[in-house]
This record gives sequence, C-alpha cells and structure tokens, in this order.
Amino acid sequence: MKISKTLLASSGLMAWGQAHADYTLNLTEGVTELSRDIHDLHMMIFWICVVIGVLVYGLLVYSLVNHRKSKGVAPAQFHENTKLEILWTVIPFLILLGMAIPATRVMIKAYDASGADMTIKVTGYQWKWRYEYLDEGVSFFSTLDSKSNQARQLNSGINPASVDNYLLEVDHPLVIPVGKKIRFLFTGADVIHSWWVPALGWKKDTIPGFITDAWAKVEKPGTYRGQCTELCGRDHGFMPIVVIAKPEAEYKEWLATQKGGAKSAGSLSPIPAANAGEEAAETRPQPAGQAAVTQGAKAEGPKAELMALGQKVYESHCAGCHRTGGEGTPGLFPAIKNSPVVNGPVAAHVGLILNGKPPLMSSFRTVLKPEEIAAVATYQRNALGNSTGDVVQANDVMAIE
Amino acid sequence: MSVTAIHDDHHDHGPAKGLMRWVTTTNHKDIGTLYLMTALIMFMVGGAMALLIRAELFEPGMQFMDPLFFNSITTLHALIMVFGAVMPAFAGLANWMIPMMIGSPDMALPRLNNWSFWLLPFAAVMLISTLFMEGGAAAAGWTLYPPLVLQTGAALPFTIFTVHILGISSILAAINIIVTILNMRAPGMTLMKMPLFVWTWLITAFLLIAIMPVFAGAVTMLLTDKFFGTSFFNAAGGGDPVLYQHLFWFFGHPEVYVLILPSFGIISQIIPTFARKPLFGYSSMVYATASIGFLSFIVWAHHQYTVGMPVEGELYFTYATMLIAVPTGVKVFNWISTMWKGAITFEAPMMWAIAFVVLFTMGGFTGLMMSISPADLQYHDTYFIVAHFHYVLVSGAVFAIIAAVYYWLPKWTGRMYDERLAKLHFWLTIISTNVCFFPQHFLGLAGMPRRIPDYALQFAEFNAWSSVGAFVFGFAQLILCYIVIQSLRGEGDRATDEVWEGASDHGLEWHLPSPPPYHTWESAPDIR
Repeated sequence: MKISKTLLASSGLMAWGQAHADYTLNLTEGVTELSRDIHDLHMMIFWICVVIGVLVYGLLVYSLVNHRKSKGVAPAQFHENTKLEILWTVIPFLILLGMAIPATRVMIKAYDASGADMTIKVTGYQWKWRYEYLDEGVSFFSTLDSKSNQARQLNSGINPASVDNYLLEVDHPLVIPVGKKIRFLFTGADVIHSWWVPALGWKKDTIPGFITDAWAKVEKPGTYRGQCTELCGRDHGFMPIVVIAKPEAEYKEWLATQKGGAKSAGSLSPIPAANAGEEAAETRPQPAGQAAVTQGAKAEGPKAELMALGQKVYESHCAGCHRTGGEGTPGLFPAIKNSPVVNGPVAAHVGLILNGKPPLMSSFRTVLKPEEIAAVATYQRNALGNSTGDVVQANDVMAIE
Repeated sequence: MSVTAIHDDHHDHGPAKGLMRWVTTTNHKDIGTLYLMTALIMFMVGGAMALLIRAELFEPGMQFMDPLFFNSITTLHALIMVFGAVMPAFAGLANWMIPMMIGSPDMALPRLNNWSFWLLPFAAVMLISTLFMEGGAAAAGWTLYPPLVLQTGAALPFTIFTVHILGISSILAAINIIVTILNMRAPGMTLMKMPLFVWTWLITAFLLIAIMPVFAGAVTMLLTDKFFGTSFFNAAGGGDPVLYQHLFWFFGHPEVYVLILPSFGIISQIIPTFARKPLFGYSSMVYATASIGFLSFIVWAHHQYTVGMPVEGELYFTYATMLIAVPTGVKVFNWISTMWKGAITFEAPMMWAIAFVVLFTMGGFTGLMMSISPADLQYHDTYFIVAHFHYVLVSGAVFAIIAAVYYWLPKWTGRMYDERLAKLHFWLTIISTNVCFFPQHFLGLAGMPRRIPDYALQFAEFNAWSSVGAFVFGFAQLILCYIVIQSLRGEGDRATDEVWEGASDHGLEWHLPSPPPYHTWESAPDIR
C-alpha cells in the first residue's frame, strides 16, 4: 500500500543510497562549515518528520486495519476531547520551537559575511556568468563549454553521455583559494538569475540594480559544480557554474597568469580590468590594455581571423536569442539573416551591439572588447545569410563609440 | 428564459432546452456542472502540457522542443492547472453543494453567478491562444517575475488581461458564496452547524476577495512598466524587481490555501460518512481553518528566502511559516481521530480521502522542511520544491476534487458509478502519482534546478521514472472521464437518496432525491 511505500521512502532510502554511486538521493554535506551546518539542520528536520510520520501513519494504518466495518465493529460516536486537542496543539508547537533555535543560529551565521579575506563579484547575464576579483583586477566571463553546447542543441545527434560533465562544464571556471573567507557580491545584468553551488550550501539571487551578498570558506580543494536556479529565459538550463578550489599557492599562481595576460588567445580570455580596484563593470577596458592579451585576434587581423573570432563570439553571446543559424525568434528576437540593421550602415549595426535594446538586449559595451565587437559584426555581415563584404575593425568600433 | 410547454404538468420549472439553457442559466446546479466540466477539460489540457514537459525530460538532451517553448508550456501548465482546473472545480463544487448543504434554494446572486462562470471559458481560450502568438506564450513561469516576463512578445498584454478576467471571475464567485452562506441558510442552520465544506469555502472566499486585487494590481504594474514607461520593477528607473515578488506572493501564498482549504472541507465531509462517525473536533477544525487563512497572509516571503532579505526578515518569515504546521497538524489528527473506532468501509471516495491524508501529509512534511530558511537556501528553486507542491496540489487538491466527484456524482446524476473501474482509476493514479513525484525529491536534493529543459546525466534515472509515472497518471485520468460520461448518460445502477449507508446523518444533501430536482429546498428544510 501507499503507506508502506511512504514509510520505506522516508526511512529506508538512506541506506539504499549507499549502493548507488551514480546518483545521489540526499543533500550534499558540502565543503564548508556552513554547508555542513545546513546539511545537519536538514537531517534533523528530516528525522523529526520521519518520527512524526511513523506515529501518524502508524495510527492511521492501525485504524484502517482494525476499525473496519467488515470486522463487524459498531462505530463509536465520540467526537471531541478537549485535553487531546490541547495536547496535539501544544506538543507540535514545542517541537517547532526545538527546530527554530538551531535554524536561527545557522541563519545568522549564513548572513555574517564580515571579516572576509577577499571579495568576488558575480554578475548574472543571459546566459553566462561574469566573475570579478575586486581586489585583484581580474575579471572574466564563464559560459557553457562548447561540447555541451553542441550536444544540447535540438536533435544534435550527439549523445549527452559522450560529453564529460554534460551541462555542468564551463569554459572559464571560477578559481578560489581554500581556507579563505570569500565574500561574494551578486547582481544581475538583465534579468534575475540565481547562483547555486550545492557544495557551498546556499544559493543567492542576482538582481539587476541591486547587490546581494553571501560568503563561503571552502575547506577542501576540488571542483564543485552548480547551476543557475532562477528561471532567466530560453537558456536558463544552460549556464552552469564551476568552482575550482585550489590551495593558496596554486591559486596565487593561477591569479598571476590571469594578471600577466599569458593566456592563450581565445574570444573569452579573461579581461584585465583597466584600473585595479575600480569596479570593472563600470570601466570599459582601455584600448592600451588590449593589445597585450589578444595576440591571436589583433585588431588589424585579416578577415578570416575576424570571422573565426566572430563566430566564437556569436555562438557564446548572440546565438541564445538570434540562434545559431541567425534565424532569430519570431516576435522576440529579430533574425540576423537579411536583417536591415546588419545589412545597413556599419555605424548603426555596431551602435546597436554597443548599446543594446532594453529590455530584450543588454548593452555589450562592457561585455565584449572592441575587437570582439568588430569580429562579431564582421561575422554577422558576412555569414548567416548575409554577404555585405564589409570588414569591421576594432578601430572602427572605438571610433563609433 | 423560455419555458417550453411540453412538460407543463410538472410543478417545478425545468431547464430550458438546448444550448441556450447553458448560456443563460442562473441555476446553481447548471452553473456547478458548467464549472466542473470546464475544470475537467482544462485539467486534460494542462495535463497534456505536463506530458510534453515530461516527454522532453524523459532523457538527457533536447529531443522535442525549443527551450523557449519548454518555458512557455511550463508557465501555461501551471496557470491552467491553478486557474483553469483546480479553482473552477472548487467553484463548481461550491455551486452544486453549498445551497444543497445549507438548505437554500439557490445561490444568492444567480445572474452574477452566470457571469462569473462565463468569463472563465473566454479567459481560458485567450490564455491558450497566446501559445500561437508571435514570440510564443509567456515563458517566465506562472509567477510572471519581471524583468524576465517583460521579454514576452505579443502575448504579454493578453496574459495580463487573462489574469484580470480570471480575477474578476474569482472575486464575483467569492462574493456570491459569502453572501449565500451568510444570508441564505435555512432556519436553524447556525454557523457552527454548517458542514465543514461550507466553512472552508467561506474562509476561502474571503481570502480570494483579499488577494485577487493584489495580483491584478501587480500585473497591471507590469503592463505599465512594459507599455507606459513606468519603472515599478525597473531598478534603472528607481524601481525594484523584488517588489513584484512581494506583491505576487502576498497573493500567491493565500492562493495556495485557496487551492487547499476547500479540499480540507471535502475530506472532512467524506471521512465521517465512511467511518460512520461524526467528525472529530468540529469546532477545532473551523478554528484551524480560520488560523490557516490568517497565517497565509503573513508568511509570503518564505518563497523569497534567496533574494537577500535582511536576516531579521528571514527569521520572522521562518517562524511564522513554521506556525502553519500547528493548525494543519490539528486537521490531520482530527481526521485520524474521526476514523478511530469507526466502522470504516472503502468505497472510492473514502479511498481517495485516505490517499489525500497520507500524501498531503507527505507534502506537509517537505513544507515544514522548506520553512526552515537556512535549509531552504539549498532547497529553493529545485525539484525538491516541485515535488513538494505537486504532493500538496495533485495528491492534495486534485485528489480531494476527485474524491468529491466520486462522493457526489451519484447524487448529481442519480446513477452509481462503476466501483471496479473507480478502484482501477484509484490504484493506477495513486501508484503513478508517487512514481512521478517521489523521485523528484531526490532530484532536487541532488541538485537539479526546476524549470530546466535538459539536465546533467546523474539526474537521468529519476527523470525517466518521473516521466513514466506522469504518462501513466495522465492516461489513467481518461478512466475518470469515462466514468463521468457513463453517469451523465444515465448508465449504472440507480442511486438511492442516501447514496451511502447512513449518509443522511452527514448532511442535508442526502435528504434530497438522487438526482435532485432542478430546484431544491424551495421551502426551507427543518433543521433540528
């Protein structure tokens, strides 16, 4: 019967869970003191519910078995008992009190972001994350890795099982040191997102125009994965989070490579903020700082290079709405193919990319570098069914700006 | 309304003939039937959408639809189930049963009654039509959160207008129910003698009148933000997107009690009948319902633990939310005490009622877990939440409605349904509900966010189970449709006036013939 099923579910499944390693049944303990506190709280309430459940369902089953008409019993006619009613009002109240006290302690702890060793600002975009190491002047975007991205297209023909960490892998993971109290600041660029890594024990909404915060002190080096948990549009399911916690020394090393700009060329290589200490989101990267990090896509590069970079940028930043083939989403996002803007004057086209079109398209002024905007504009003007033959250079973009 | 002369020899006025009977009717039974049939149709439409969702989620990868369309049907599934299926079903039950239960000849405001029903099909059609508009239907979830919802295409104003119309319909129905209950009771039917179904609906009606205008206001602010340049929810213009969430959940939380309080009433009618015992703790049931109604207004932000409220706010909403467990617990204890030492039989309505008690309690447990704000920082917006609210809404509200249909169908049609078919329907549904929703607890705890069209591989097994359960559940409901049609066609054994053994001790409706004449209680019954 359903009762035995429910009981099995509430008590027996914990043991069953040990045998199946592929998937998990219970909340993770996580890798921070706070996440363990939350896990313990979760288990405490769970067991309280199990005990109450056994009692309640036990009484119900007893009654269903023994107080049946087919057993020839005559129904009793009692219909109230004040003492009993007071009892089952007061006892649950006391149990709740017992739950509220530890809950309060953990909640206050979760909100105490004071004394942080470092601060990372997380901005949710449709559909990517931006991480800014505020004290270090390091900042970059993190999007779904290309293998998952190809496999998740409608009828892609690629078996998701052939992709490592399908939908839980990004191109640029967030790297943090272990043993440091990190304060995270959250905001949204377009709509509300929510940043969740179960191993850290919490999630936090990223709200446009507002800053929220949370903190974590990771104890164990490792790779921790999570996802956006607030519906944020078409590709809500495709903006995962990967956090790599490294020992302090390795983290410093990683940080140095980020600052040194020695990264291999790529459309989304980390953007060093122009002025360390100033919020990078507000500061457009200076052209002078660009040359050092973008050897692979020099502003004056030939058309083929622009097209290659442009395609990468398009697929990471534009295809979510305007689609991989440039056909757009009728009624919401216009097609790039045969678009009057794309086939019109360069200045208006680049201007639209720079400024966006609220509320549907956010500004790319601080998201893409001038040569990336140049590349994507070149790509749009010469692919996806368009063939204007125009080549847009980074200098043109800066001039238009 | 024209009365055709063919049946002039009858004393009471029968219904008009043909389609116009249903368009112009002011009869509470006709309008109840219209509501219930609409609810059944919308239940199947919303269910079909659920099956599309579960088909896409059956295995990893995108097989059937664009993610945007997935978001649209997720949104419409919820809106249709809440506003098109569950609420109209309760309104239908209220129309049919409240006058019969309190000894009144009809609802107090019959023309208003007609209008509040007929707003509904138009609103429903308009809502569904948004699917075919440029840009697709609203895809921001049934909560319609800005700024995301402002990215909706042509569908946005239609979606908002639908909410307005549904709101007007609900408010009119609620006014009618309150006026009927307070003014139309037969002499001797004091408030504290009213059946619990009537009580729970009275409290529900007050909730509706309080909350629907808030929702209408919030969506109107969306409308002006989108089309008239206001910035209520736009931070760039000095507004606040979270303000919408507060307004929405000030409506939304009482709304979920609108969906469950009448269920409590139904279960409180059914269990005493089949336990052959009076309801245990009648007055505490009334007070518990009223307390739940009151508490529902002061707990809304527990849907927003992750928006970054001050810690004091988090704690207040935690404590207030936990308190709801007390009156809800009282109800469950009362139902079990009602069965205790009764002489229980297991006809279909009782089976559904017992399933309700067991599975609703499950949903109550997960609800209690979620009330704890630090733990909810993990649970929030995961499949754990999806599991929770389907346990309280499907095995809660929907099971109660099905229980009510089996309980009162013989009264309405004068025909007994096929008990064996009903049992088959019951077992298929009860098993598939659990196969569908129980694994979702694990998915959520393991880290699967809600409202995603595709997922990582470790979630594959339970999603496959869940989809199988959903499909069995969906097709099992065709049995219910068949049973209803059978009864409407007059097939099956004739039902007695009492229908259920000893039911005449459990309500005025069982003193009327089965089926009841078109007009009942034209002279008030004598209530001791």
